[in-house]
Amino acid sequence: MAVVSTKPYVGVPRDLVANFNGKQLVYACWDQHLLFAAPFLICVPPEMSFRELVDGPLTALMQPDPDASAVDWSKVEWLKSNKPFTPDFDASLAANGIGHKEQLRFITPGLNSLLAAA
Amino acid sequence: MDMKVAKKKLALKEKYRLLTRDLGWEPTYQNKDEIYPYTKYEGIRIHDWDKWEDPFRLTMDSYWKYQAEKERKFYAIIDAHAQNNGHLHITDARYLSALKIFLQAISPGEYAAGKGFARMGREFPGVGTQVACQMQAIDEIRHAQTQIHALSNYNKFYNGFHAFADARDRMWYCTVPRSFFDDAVSAGPFEFMIAIGFSFEYVLTNLLFVPFMSGAAYNGDMATVTFGFSAQSDEARHMTLGLECIKFMLEQDPANLPIVQGWIDKWFWRGFRVLGLVSTMMDYMLPKRVMSWREAWNIYGIENGTALFRDLARYGIRAPAGWDDAEKAIDHMSHQFMLGLYQWSFGTALHSWIPSDDDMAWLAKKYPDTFDKYYRPRWEHIKKLKAAGTQFANYGLAKLCQTCQLPIVFTEPDDPTRSAQREGEYKGEKYHFCSDGCQHIFENEPEKYIQAWLPMPQLFQDPIGGDLAAWMDWVGLRNGKDNGDFDGSEDQKNFDAWRAMATSNQ
Amino acid sequence: MSTVFIALQTNEDTRPIIDAIVIDNPNCTVNRQPAMIKIDAPGSLTVRRETIEEQLGRAFDLQELNVNLITLSGNVEEDEDTLTLRWNS
Repeated sequence: MAVVSTKPYVGVPRDLVANFNGKQLVYACWDQHLLFAAPFLICVPPEMSFRELVDGPLTALMQPDPDASAVDWSKVEWLKSNKPFTPDFDASLAANGIGHKEQLRFITPGLNSLLAAA
Repeated sequence: MDMKVAKKKLALKEKYRLLTRDLGWEPTYQNKDEIYPYTKYEGIRIHDWDKWEDPFRLTMDSYWKYQAEKERKFYAIIDAHAQNNGHLHITDARYLSALKIFLQAISPGEYAAGKGFARMGREFPGVGTQVACQMQAIDEIRHAQTQIHALSNYNKFYNGFHAFADARDRMWYCTVPRSFFDDAVSAGPFEFMIAIGFSFEYVLTNLLFVPFMSGAAYNGDMATVTFGFSAQSDEARHMTLGLECIKFMLEQDPANLPIVQGWIDKWFWRGFRVLGLVSTMMDYMLPKRVMSWREAWNIYGIENGTALFRDLARYGIRAPAGWDDAEKAIDHMSHQFMLGLYQWSFGTALHSWIPSDDDMAWLAKKYPDTFDKYYRPRWEHIKKLKAAGTQFANYGLAKLCQTCQLPIVFTEPDDPTRSAQREGEYKGEKYHFCSDGCQHIFENEPEKYIQAWLPMPQLFQDPIGGDLAAWMDWVGLRNGKDNGDFDGSEDQKNFDAWRAMATSNQ
Repeated sequence: MSTVFIALQTNEDTRPIIDAIVIDNPNCTVNRQPAMIKIDAPGSLTVRRETIEEQLGRAFDLQELNVNLITLSGNVEEDEDTLTLRWNS
């Protein structure tokens, strides 16, 4: 729906990828691991490989969780924009179709130390 | 010869009629639509502005008299507070964090509301409406000023108070209320009235000012109780203005109903998100607690809100669309926010802490269905990390909601183990939301919300470029003083040392 | 029936006002909290000038309530003699 206004109203988005000097934002959320209060915001270049994203910033951020060392990345299930997704670890983020402000969610079945059984 | 005639005292209604109706006149050489150019474009139909009734019928002479009385009382107490070491009388220096949130995030909102009502006092054609809005504009400025004055005394002794004006525009948790008020002020006059006069004042401010201020009294903070209740004494008039405004719109034309309902849905949810931080102030930041956020919600949200919407049902109004999702969030939100504040405390101009065993026992009692099950294990683990010398800090920063601008700390309404994630696309650009409520608000007016200045993504753009130290400098945050864990902070040490001096002659 | 309420600061000014409200509204419930008093009543609640004046021992302008009022709930009807809060359902 359009904004109700007295004259034509056009907004300018402030977070276009062009504003990030060659980088982009990626959001990553470890499913069922809410020690981390919100999905991580990570600012990385689109040429970075998926593996570099996982082994680099993502692994570093996950460390405070007691399950961090037990994650087997070959068994992790991924969602991209809430839809199942199979990443190619050696391809770049861009080649994996991970665009600016993409939301990744990863599920590690069986690991949920801080989540009491329901 | 002059004759002295005993002046008959005017009846209240007559006095008010003379003040309002006789101040208005019919323009002769200007078109009314040009004098009041913003009253029609929102689609609200008004047939008779004289039907606007201000039930308080406060005339200017009475207004000045009572407001002056409130100010005299307020400043007498503020002087007494400063003269009697009021800054040492609070229960515990942890309490100061609640005051810092208040000053950084809420007081600037009072000022923004003042600007908004000054504008509405000009834009509405009805004289009764103009007078009520102008009084409220002056009230709101008074609130901002008295709050800043009252808290300036704490600024002489404690950290985190000094940069509130910069924080208002730059600090990540302050852009939440800022965007709320910007959203309201950039809307038309009728929507503004629903946003601030009705949803915020009538439905939600009780949750902020009443139990929290009573809590301030419980924690020995005379200054805050005083500004809180002094402000709140105006609030009864503001709430009544909000309620009268909504009834006026609904009585003027049945075609107004869907527009008004849409605004109630939007602004209830916007307000609920903004006031979320109050839940944390009540449950975690008051060392002595009057009631839990849940208990306050039961009284001022459920009981009072239900009464209100039942009353408005005669016009066809129903409870706001987000009402049920709000209820589902009540037992979670204070814990979710506090966990966030703690792990991002390197970037807050206030201290947070791991709740003590005593605090956790209280939380478990007040939140029997949620605290032990979902939140205690996280705090216990955070405690362990701290004991091991690896204090928890989450440098991943946070994904923010495009609409409310809060970090997405929320879980699915029906599954507290899953982070709530909503996204949408507009003109080829992706946008993220914390809830269905915020996504609907965006989708109704995307051109408005794509302009949001979101502090986390901005941190990675020019001129900060991801440099945390440069960011701290820019927001006025002194690393090691204003931020971080309360445990070991300068505020904690000073308070303890000064308290000890007050009870000893050594 | 919906509950209306009025909350006042706890101080010497409001003591006789609260007494008067209790006299005029036998159905009401008085909740004493730190620094404030909240009075709930089913459906409606009326504050009468005359009763306050009797308790206070002097003339009282109902608008003086504004100085110590914290909050209220319900539709407001006010004239010189009474202030009534009411929910219509």
